[in-house]
Amino acid sequence: MAPETSVMTGNEAAATAARLARVQVIAAYPITPQSPVVEQLAAWVESGELPAEFVAVESEHSAMTVCIGAATVGARTFTATSANGLAYMFEQVWWAPGARLPIVMCIANRAMAAPWNVLNDQQDSMSVRDAGWVQLYCRNNQEILDTTVQAYLIAEKLHLPVMVCYDGFLLSHTMMPVSVPDAEQIDGFLPPFTDPWTIVDPGDPRNIGPVTLADPRNDTEGVAAPGYMEIRALHHRALLEALAVIPAVDSAYHDAVGRSWGGLVWEHLLEDADVVLVAAGSLAMQLTLTAEALREEGIKVGVLGIRAYRPFPIEALRERLVGRSVALVFDKALSYGYEGPICSDLRGCLLGVEGAPPVFGAVCGLGGRDVSLEQLADAARGAVADAAAGMRTRETDWINLHLEG
Amino acid sequence: MATKILDLPDASYVLPGNRSCAGCGIGIALRQVTAALEGRMVMTVPASCLTVLGGMFPISSVDVPWINVAFPSTAAAASGIAAGLRATGRAGEMTVLAMAGDGGTGDIGIQALSGAAERNEDFIYLCYDNEAYMNTGTQRSGLTPAGARTTTTWAGKRENPKDLPAIMEAHGIPYVASTSAAFPTDVYDKVAKARTIGGLRYIHMNTPCPSGWGFDPKDTIRLGKLAVDCGLVVLYEVVDGQFRLTGRSKMLGKTGRSLVPVADYIATQSRFRGMAPEAVEAVQAWVDSRWLRYVGRDGGACLL
Repeated sequence: MAPETSVMTGNEAAATAARLARVQVIAAYPITPQSPVVEQLAAWVESGELPAEFVAVESEHSAMTVCIGAATVGARTFTATSANGLAYMFEQVWWAPGARLPIVMCIANRAMAAPWNVLNDQQDSMSVRDAGWVQLYCRNNQEILDTTVQAYLIAEKLHLPVMVCYDGFLLSHTMMPVSVPDAEQIDGFLPPFTDPWTIVDPGDPRNIGPVTLADPRNDTEGVAAPGYMEIRALHHRALLEALAVIPAVDSAYHDAVGRSWGGLVWEHLLEDADVVLVAAGSLAMQLTLTAEALREEGIKVGVLGIRAYRPFPIEALRERLVGRSVALVFDKALSYGYEGPICSDLRGCLLGVEGAPPVFGAVCGLGGRDVSLEQLADAARGAVADAAAGMRTRETDWINLHLEG
Repeated sequence: MATKILDLPDASYVLPGNRSCAGCGIGIALRQVTAALEGRMVMTVPASCLTVLGGMFPISSVDVPWINVAFPSTAAAASGIAAGLRATGRAGEMTVLAMAGDGGTGDIGIQALSGAAERNEDFIYLCYDNEAYMNTGTQRSGLTPAGARTTTTWAGKRENPKDLPAIMEAHGIPYVASTSAAFPTDVYDKVAKARTIGGLRYIHMNTPCPSGWGFDPKDTIRLGKLAVDCGLVVLYEVVDGQFRLTGRSKMLGKTGRSLVPVADYIATQSRFRGMAPEAVEAVQAWVDSRWLRYVGRDGGACLL
């Protein structure tokens, strides 16, 4: 069967990817705008189209816990959430990577309360960037499908959980044409999950995740086992290894399905650009139109899209930014009291690099605030003028903010 | 048929030497719990005294698979383990046993447990009730008895404990039991019976704690028995809604023997030191009314 193109929402694309990945255990709790993902999966499990266990848990904390329990005994797992749901499972968001479990979780990005707001920004997933997950951001529904499938291969190669992030409503509820690979293509790309680390066997009992001391400690045979800090260093190394694995998986996906998404980062009109606009997700896609419009004005603008935010693709970003005149980062999130998370990460990775451009930050789109192409273009023009005036750093720009003073 | 003490299996899945306190009731009972499952099991344990007993990486104190999980998550972890075993075709290979303390079960873990019970997930949940947060230094839990001094109730707790087995029974699960670590055969028989039943099986186990309750470690069994003799702890099971007293509680109910006064039990532990006589009377009245209800449900005579 040839791949067929359907018109579907981002949530349906995520659910379709989970089905194609032949997930074995799904656990989820409803939250806007994620709910349709798991409604669709529940329907497929009920109809028998997807032979999996669907555990309708009583909270997001339990959703992640069910994935943790099931993955520990060797099942391929899936969950999805948004905003306060992600915050509610925060303890388990740390547990999953600490236990090195290859869980895949989709995040339909939504603003954090209070006050209540169900619309899009990226504050939720950005707030858990330090927990040790691979974090991938998608720019459209096709990328959601393809990235969610890829996420399983990345997760299972590295024994790391992967978060696939896509903008709530802007992608989660927006219909787009999506080419759905056929099952054989995906089966060839993603072999069944047969983890040699599956360690639950009464014939060979292990105590998994016990209290671990700061220092290495000998086992009963006198062989030294790692301490907490070694275990954490190994976890960090696995994330750094993802810098090679993410592009390799994207390339293998291209071989199997015929599409790839740039691996760690993607670019648009970047080659000769003086001005680089940086963002993650659908906002970066929107910036491609801004760049095209500004080029008509004679400003050489390009876009650098962040696909992998964790691990942070330091080398890929440096390579593409050295020699430019300015980089302007658009964050749909904020480290309150400081600045946008992508902005400060990017500035940090360019610090001391010869030829690195000044990095300016702009915060926009919080709680679903519309961001127009014109506003993005204005922000870019402002950054160009500031850089031309010799500014190397400046305060975070708030786009389309309606406050006096 | 109730198992006799000499008939308990010799096999032990608890290895010699563990990190629990001297006289810990958990260590005594864990032997029976694992033996009743013949080691064909995977257990999941939240942060608790049991974590300490289990050992520190890379050395384990037990000879069964054991998955440590976060404090509130025990029942959800067991749900996930059970679902994962079904999904990978291994459900028949082992029983899933969730084992947590009173705080981990009745306070922080009750949401996940209630959800799992409502879904009738396929595992045994055993709550070892040592009546406070013992692992963190004896703070009060929702299951700490009235009158007990803890490090967060310096003048003695004012409220009676919540009736967790009754809460679990209200979920309509196929098996609910109340037992005591002081009665190894009762523990063994209940776990062995639970093993033969599908769905969520809940066992509540009173577990004396020498360091938290303030008694000599040699008296763990004596005090556990005294708790049953005074009616503070009642041994029973509810199978598909059918209630029956078991073991020593059954004997007490059937013969109509007088219960030991609660004051005699209270006098044995330093946690109750200085408890006002009116407070003791209030606990006695609470115990009496509960005992009448249990005996009534068992259909037996009661001569208080």
